[in-house]
Amino acid sequence: MSDSTDPARRRFLARALLGTGTLLLAGCDRLSRGDALQRLFDASDALSARAQRLLASREALAREYAPEAIAPSFRPNGTTAPDDPTYRRLAADGFRDWRLEVGGLVERPATFSLAELRALPARTQITRHDCVEGWSCIGQWTGVVLGELLDRVGVRDEARFVVFHCADRYRGGDRYYESLDLREAYHPQTLLAYGLNDAELPIANGAPLRLRAERRLGYKMAKYLMRLELVADFAHLGRGRGGYWEDRGYSWWAGI
Amino acid sequence: MRYPTLAFGAARRRRAPPTLVHRHSGITRLWHWVNALCLAVLLMSGLQIFNAHPALYWGQDSTFDAPALSIRAERDADGEWRGITRIGALRLDTTGVLGLSGPREARQRRAFPAWATLPGPRSLARGRDWHFLAGWVFAPGLLAYLTYLVLGGGLRRRLLPRRHEWRRLGHTLIDHLRLRFPRGEAARHYNLPQKLAYLLVLFVIAPLAVLSGLTMSPTLDAAWPWLLDLFGGRQSARSVHFLCALALVGFFVIHVILVLVSGVTNNLRAMITGRYALPPEEDPRDE
Repeated sequence: MSDSTDPARRRFLARALLGTGTLLLAGCDRLSRGDALQRLFDASDALSARAQRLLASREALAREYAPEAIAPSFRPNGTTAPDDPTYRRLAADGFRDWRLEVGGLVERPATFSLAELRALPARTQITRHDCVEGWSCIGQWTGVVLGELLDRVGVRDEARFVVFHCADRYRGGDRYYESLDLREAYHPQTLLAYGLNDAELPIANGAPLRLRAERRLGYKMAKYLMRLELVADFAHLGRGRGGYWEDRGYSWWAGI
Repeated sequence: MRYPTLAFGAARRRRAPPTLVHRHSGITRLWHWVNALCLAVLLMSGLQIFNAHPALYWGQDSTFDAPALSIRAERDADGEWRGITRIGALRLDTTGVLGLSGPREARQRRAFPAWATLPGPRSLARGRDWHFLAGWVFAPGLLAYLTYLVLGGGLRRRLLPRRHEWRRLGHTLIDHLRLRFPRGEAARHYNLPQKLAYLLVLFVIAPLAVLSGLTMSPTLDAAWPWLLDLFGGRQSARSVHFLCALALVGFFVIHVILVLVSGVTNNLRAMITGRYALPPEEDPRDE
């Protein structure tokens, strides 16, 4: 212990520690005010996306559960009753006049009625919905396989993302929208769902049509779909980060 | 103070200078301090994330009516908000810290108080940003360090218990509780409780924390379905993740107490410069 009792050495050590601490704190303070921190978070998110894209192959399936695992009621989240007048009119009529528009970078822009969508190749799957808040809920979804629908309209080569435009405005703010890359859009479990637990999709859960992207967090799975748009990038939409919650600081990848 | 100079004059027998040993490698020291920072960020941002849905469950999904643990604000009979923590059937009033916290005139309904979360104000998005950033430093660092320990021989040389240590375990534990720590040659190596604590944290709790964290990722669950089987579901994994954090806080508290009472300058120097002075053998005057 002889050298640590040397007063000069002690003073030096104390000052060094104090100095480092002050510098670190000042650094953190400056960081959290500027864009540097945001860039660091974006880089970390990009790393997560890259790593997960590497680990989860194109085909890797989300777990599917037995019917006994289905939750007694599927917890709705976000908007549960859109107040958009057009939407309410469509809902009042059982969505008979509702049409899904599919446009943007496609060969044959088209619209689909609910009946037309039901006639397309469908899939039923019992999967777990993971909310970004931390909870999970298991439900059985029935819908058209998004890849099948995309093949019918013909995705152009320059398209990279599918943008989902919705009828709802969360808490009366901006209109909800989301985006998926084509790899996820063509995943066999990615559905445009019109059925939940063997019944028609309830309004609280996104009627008449919602996205199921089972390898992503809940906020990716846009409800109250009105229009799909194929784009090369989404910088011109909303605040440019690819989705309603992404525009408010959440990860676009949304895989963890 | 404990090692006075010649102030007592020639009457006092002068002790031999303590033996300095090389205690921690540069890699260990770097890893230690990076971890200290990472774990602080991971814990506080983790509490921020927990606040977004302040309940834990067991199994694949959330049984919303019957959480294993919940920390919420509830109104009492007078309509006043109270912070209520429930663990199974147990109901605790934790107003002021858990469930309801902040200055009396501006109480906030939040599971963990602002002073414990990163960032302080409610922000799930920012909490997640911090958590994953620190996770990207912590998890690869853990993997690299465990590899270094196993392949570099540090595990066998310094951490794996030896047969004779087991025989003295009871004795060593009692010494620890009496705050009497090994001295002289015996202080050259970690003692058994110390070895067991480090082994538990390094090879069990920290890896479990990382794996249970990864299990909460829907993408990784698709890539590695065995993660869900390992923990018995995503919600179990979330609870295990929380318990691991709790265990690490427990380790931290004991760790800091022991560092403080067993010679704080010496311990700190060992973890900064690598050099550790073996505490001199027992001296009757210390009694």
